[in-house]
Amino acid sequence: MKSAVIVFPGSNCDRDLAVAIEAITGTAPVMVWHRDTVLPDGLDLIALPGGFSYGDYLRSGAMSARSPVMAAVTAAAGEGRAVLGVCNGFQVLTEAGLLPGALMRNAGLDFICRDVSLTVENAATMFSAHYAAGSTIRIPVAHHDGNYVADTETLDRLEGDGRIVFRYAENVNGSARNIAGIINDAGNVLGLMPHPERLIEAEQGGTDGRAMFEALHAALG
Amino acid sequence: MKALVTITLKPGVLDPQGRAIQNALGGLGFAGVSGARQGKLIELDLADGTSAADIEAMCRQLLANTVIENYRIEIL
Repeated sequence: MKSAVIVFPGSNCDRDLAVAIEAITGTAPVMVWHRDTVLPDGLDLIALPGGFSYGDYLRSGAMSARSPVMAAVTAAAGEGRAVLGVCNGFQVLTEAGLLPGALMRNAGLDFICRDVSLTVENAATMFSAHYAAGSTIRIPVAHHDGNYVADTETLDRLEGDGRIVFRYAENVNGSARNIAGIINDAGNVLGLMPHPERLIEAEQGGTDGRAMFEALHAALG
Repeated sequence: MKALVTITLKPGVLDPQGRAIQNALGGLGFAGVSGARQGKLIELDLADGTSAADIEAMCRQLLANTVIENYRIEIL
């Protein structure tokens, strides 16, 4: 499986994501700087990491979504390549229009940094196929702007099409319908606020994040 | 030339920061503040003759997220 992690100025989970991908797939991803306009050939997976790219200036993910590399990421997504956005990566994907909706300030205004319970709503995606549908997993969140917002029509469409992949089992940040992660219509772009890459070894306190990378490895070779 | 771009949350979009401001004003003893909405004001220094269409495009492509925000342009 050939993968890349995009590095924006202010990304701070890029290395965690790279370590997780290498540990589980056996191949280190290529780290791609945001000013690059061309992605390496033959990528199976493009991962957008967590962090505070551009210091969250203007809106979280707003500046990064207009970075030079994002035209290539959007084109790759259009070709059906897998794109995973974690936390700030999810914010970038919504700002880039690759996923619907927006991520606003947490309803309680606090920065939330703790493990949360998630329900796997759709286990029939290339990202979630190694979780049991309806199961509860524990994955850490660490964000200030994770409050998912979209109009009712969009929310109904996401719900009806099974595009809500992960839902908070508790009200964490005010997200509409407790949405923690969604997928695009074509099923190759997933964004989620929780950090699966932070729970891949028992030493980290749990391994509930592994299944996402294992599923991608199985699906993408 | 200068343009002022005012960005506000769309009606109906919850504004937790605005609500905190409203509560803080109440805490200071200002009675009757029934709402507060927080937005942004961006001052642009532009080449003379920049078209209204270009400023619109700036708003749509970067300055506002039209999923959640409205914008208003004032050319000075």
